[in-house]
Amino acid sequence: MKTKNLIALEGNQAIALAMKQINPDVVAAYPITPQTEIVQVFSEYVANGEVHTEFVTVESEHSALSACIGASAAGARTMTATSSQGLALMWEMLYIASGARLPIVMTVVNRALSSPINIHCDHSDAMGARDSGWIQLWSETAQEAYDNLIQAVRIAESVNLPVMVNMDGFITSHAEEMIEPLEDEEVKSFVGEHKPLRSLLDVEHPFTIGPLALPDSYFEFKRSQAEAYKRVIPVVKSVAEDFAKITGRRYDLFETYNLDDAEIGLIVLNSTAGTAKEVIDALRRDGKRVGLLKPRLFRPLPVEELKGVLSKLKVIGIMDRADTFGGFGGPLFTDIRSVLYDVPNRPIITDYIYGLGGRDVTMEQIFKVFESLESIYKTGKVENLVSYVGVRE
Amino acid sequence: MKLPTWKEMPEGIVILEAGNAQEYETGSWRTFRPVVDKSKCINCLFCWIYCPDTSIIVKDEKMEGIDYSHCKGCGICSKVCPAKAISMVEEGSL
Repeated sequence: MKTKNLIALEGNQAIALAMKQINPDVVAAYPITPQTEIVQVFSEYVANGEVHTEFVTVESEHSALSACIGASAAGARTMTATSSQGLALMWEMLYIASGARLPIVMTVVNRALSSPINIHCDHSDAMGARDSGWIQLWSETAQEAYDNLIQAVRIAESVNLPVMVNMDGFITSHAEEMIEPLEDEEVKSFVGEHKPLRSLLDVEHPFTIGPLALPDSYFEFKRSQAEAYKRVIPVVKSVAEDFAKITGRRYDLFETYNLDDAEIGLIVLNSTAGTAKEVIDALRRDGKRVGLLKPRLFRPLPVEELKGVLSKLKVIGIMDRADTFGGFGGPLFTDIRSVLYDVPNRPIITDYIYGLGGRDVTMEQIFKVFESLESIYKTGKVENLVSYVGVRE
Repeated sequence: MKLPTWKEMPEGIVILEAGNAQEYETGSWRTFRPVVDKSKCINCLFCWIYCPDTSIIVKDEKMEGIDYSHCKGCGICSKVCPAKAISMVEEGSL
C-alpha cells in the first residue's frame, strides 16, 4: 500500500502549493486579508525560480483581473486569488472574463463585505458574484480547496469558462490541517498542457475580442453564453472521476451525509458542513433520521441532480452564510426552493441565516436548527420561513 | 447582411474575420456631409491621413471623393484641409 504523504498546511499554503504545482503561465494578484498568504507564498515560489510563472504585481484587484483577462486572451494559463472587497473591486471584470469565455481560475477566500468593515468569514462576497457567469466550487476543508483548485484548471479549460474556488476565510485559510498533496509530476500530468481556444499572439489567425455588440447582436452573444453552462456538469463529473483515479478521493456535484433514509435534511456550504456532520452523528445516535447535503458545484446549479436527492425529504433546512437584503431569504434558500417547486409533495423548506462577519458557528446553533426543523416536521407548521441563528436578540 | 443566430455565434465575444468593419455602414449616423470642391483641392491627402474611418477615397495618389456609406460626418477632414476645399453641409438642406 502506498504510504500517505501527509503534511500540515494552512488552507492558504495548500492553495499556494497547488498553484506552484499547476505552474500557471501568468498570475496577477493583489493581497487582501484573509487571502494575503496565498499571494505571499506564491510570490516566494516565483522569486526562488520554483515556477516559470510571470507574476504581475498590480495596484488593485480591478487591475489584477484585467491583467488576467489580457493574459488569458493571449492564450496563457492564468490564475489569481482574492477575498471580499477585492472580489467586489473585480466586479465589472468578472462579467468580462466569463462573457469572453476565458478559463481563468481564481481562489476566493470568503470574507464578509463592508459595511461595517470586517475581515472574517461569510459568503456575501462570492454570493454577490453568483450570477457573474463564473463556475463556483465550494470547499469544506483545506484538502478540498487544494483538490478543487487542481480540478478547476481542467474544468475551466474544458468549457472555456472561468472558475472560482471558495474556502472559508480564517476558518479554512488559516487553520492548519493534515493534507495529502499530489506529487508535482502527478499535478503536471493531470492538468496537462493548456490548449487555448484561440490566442491573441497567434498572428496567423487574427481576431477581435470584446467588440461592441449593440441591440442587433448582444442578445445572441449572451444566449450563446447561457448554453455553455449546460456542458459544465458532465465535465465536473468526469474530471472528478479522473481525479479519483490518481488520489482515491471522490468528488461529485455535492456531498451527501446520512441523507439516503433521512426525513429532515440540512443544506450548508463550506466549513460549517463539518460541524453539521458532528451534530448529525449525535442526532443519529438518538435515532433521528437527519442528513446533510453539502453543495460543491453551486454555479451552474445542478438542478436535476439536486431534485433527485432532495425531493423525498419531508423538511429541509437551509443554512445561508449570506443575506439578500430586501430579498426573500439567503441565496442558497431561494435557489433550492425554486429547484423543488415543481416536485410533487415538495418538502417544507426554511432558511437560517448564520455566521455573518465570522460569528462563531457552534454545534448548539446547529442543534437548534434541527430542533426547529423537527418541530416543523411534527406539526407541519412554519413560524418563520427565514430566521437568524446565533445573533443577539 | 444576414445576422447569425445565437447557435452560429463563435465561442467568446469575438469576431474571427479581420477587416469586416466595412460591412457595417455608418453613413446614416451623419448630420453634416463633407462636400469637396475639387477646383480647390491640392491633393495633399491630409484628409486621408486624418479621417478616423477610411472614408476618403484615394486613387493614384489623388483625392477622389468621399465614401458616404461609411463617413459619419465628424468634420475632421474639413477642419484639417489647408485649401479649405471641404465644407460641411447639413444633410437636410441638400
